[in-house]
Amino acid sequence: MTTRLVRSVVGLAMVSAVVSILIFRLNSPLAAVFELSVCAGLISVIFVTTISFTQRLTPEKLELRRKQRFDKYSYLPVVLLAVGILLMIFKPNPDFPLPPVPKEQDARNIIWHLRHVDLLGQILVILAGVFGVVILFKEPRK
Amino acid sequence: MSLEGAHIFWVFNIFIILLSVMGAYYIIATFNLIRSLIGLELLIKAVTLLIVLAGYLTGNEGLAQALVITLIVIEVVIMVVAGGIVVSVYRNNRTLDTRRLKELKG
Repeated sequence: MTTRLVRSVVGLAMVSAVVSILIFRLNSPLAAVFELSVCAGLISVIFVTTISFTQRLTPEKLELRRKQRFDKYSYLPVVLLAVGILLMIFKPNPDFPLPPVPKEQDARNIIWHLRHVDLLGQILVILAGVFGVVILFKEPRK
Repeated sequence: MSLEGAHIFWVFNIFIILLSVMGAYYIIATFNLIRSLIGLELLIKAVTLLIVLAGYLTGNEGLAQALVITLIVIEVVIMVVAGGIVVSVYRNNRTLDTRRLKELKG
């Protein structure tokens, strides 16, 4: 169960990476960077932490997995080496011809000047999340 | 909408519909709380892509990016709190299967 859940999380991170490429293609680089770093990175970490809190392996299973791990992924260095050699041979040069964004459409200008109330909302949401987590993990009084 | 705009709209829309169906199916079909969260995440990704696409087609990329950044912040907070709730449910019931969570039954 744990392995399948971790695979689901890795799949979600991959979907997130693909979505961030699509967002970049739609001329929104700042949102793409946020999507890649926060959604593919941070949320995967949150999910893996939640899984490790809830689906603990027994010591016997852990030992078995440790032994199987090297056999299971023994092909990985070969694949990485082959990909590296192919990249060195072909030297891909990704060309993304995007039209320049006009200054009034710059996301930084819009966030700081037009939608600055959103920032206040974001801070309040983050604080609400922090208080929620603190209350959820509070130790009961003895 | 121009012909090129309509073409881009439908190409990206296929991906958006696919993500929405995947997320909805994940939420409906599973009994595991963590998988439900993953489905919710897929649905949020579809909405994110739809907002960016709408911004691109209407020429408001900057506004769409500002909204997406706000959406991502809210998404992270939702996931952190939901993860905390899942851990709390597991500590109290020793299971994540929604069929066995009967303590809150009215």
